[in-house]
Amino acid sequence: MMELFYGLITGILFGFLLQKGRVLRYDKQIAALRLQDMTIVKFMLSHIIVAMVGVYFLYDMGLVKLSLKPTILGGVIIGGILFGLGWGLLGYCPGTSLGALGEGRWDAIWGITGMLVGAGIYAEAYPYLQKTVLTWGDYGKITIPQVLGVNHWLIIVLFVVMTGFLFRWLEKKGL
Amino acid sequence: MKVDKGWNPYLAGALSGLVSIGSIWYAGKYFGASTTFVRTTGMMEKIFSPERVASMPYFIKEVPMVDWQWMFVIGIAIGAFVASISSGSFRFQAVPAMWQEKFGSSIAPRAVVAFIGGIFAMFGARLAEGCPSGHGLSGSLQLAVSGFIALACFFIGGLITANWLYKGGGKQ
Repeated sequence: MMELFYGLITGILFGFLLQKGRVLRYDKQIAALRLQDMTIVKFMLSHIIVAMVGVYFLYDMGLVKLSLKPTILGGVIIGGILFGLGWGLLGYCPGTSLGALGEGRWDAIWGITGMLVGAGIYAEAYPYLQKTVLTWGDYGKITIPQVLGVNHWLIIVLFVVMTGFLFRWLEKKGL
Repeated sequence: MKVDKGWNPYLAGALSGLVSIGSIWYAGKYFGASTTFVRTTGMMEKIFSPERVASMPYFIKEVPMVDWQWMFVIGIAIGAFVASISSGSFRFQAVPAMWQEKFGSSIAPRAVVAFIGGIFAMFGARLAEGCPSGHGLSGSLQLAVSGFIALACFFIGGLITANWLYKGGGKQ
């Protein structure tokens, strides 16, 4: 019960910030995909670098566990591109579609309905996919520092620095 | 007219990163959204054919029930509603502005494209085992190889259809 309550509160905070950052809008998501306005990229990367530093700090202290998704190249690449193709048409992703609805952009309903149907189709196809695509290139739960055999802080520092340069470039270009 | 600019996206994104840290620390939960659609579809299918749903491998893996993430996704809608009301940016809008400029204001074309897009997006997200929240944010922040590959593929796919849809200009 407590877990459901935490979920709701966390979602409300996240939805509030997504809306304040103006990243829920179709226009913002599609503008990023048309390389005209990188607001959503700025939001996502800012989220990632802050949480990356915080979570790995807590991880080193033994206070949190990682929860990695396996790297199955067949599933991640084919699924990722299929997701992208759909995202470019819909202009909302699963999380932001509910947020968009929250700020009154009710065309999200068509997308949410489509996504529920898509989930149903996937559930039907799962036994087949499990034997095929989801066995192609299964490398298990791996991280970049594991693959490179280096300390994670080296990668984190590099990532933060590179993101900083990207942000500076985006601001210079007025994206 | 007051221009609705919202908050600086770097600030809003960074604050959301703090929310993410808090969630992982207190509740042990990483952000994600797409599994919720599976659970919801499962709950709806269960109304009509409970035995069949109970026997389907994917619904055995992702049990149709309300869980942390389900509440999280509902929370996103509530949080966005509160934020948009508080800043006066709430709008009932049937067709997004960019879409309207290129394709007009009729509802049906937008509905059809959004519906089809939704089917592909969710099928793909489940095949990849995550969406921009689960892979893009939670995966990447853990430096997961899967997170970064998925994020790159999301953008590659999105670049293809968004630019195909809007080819020949529109708003510059």
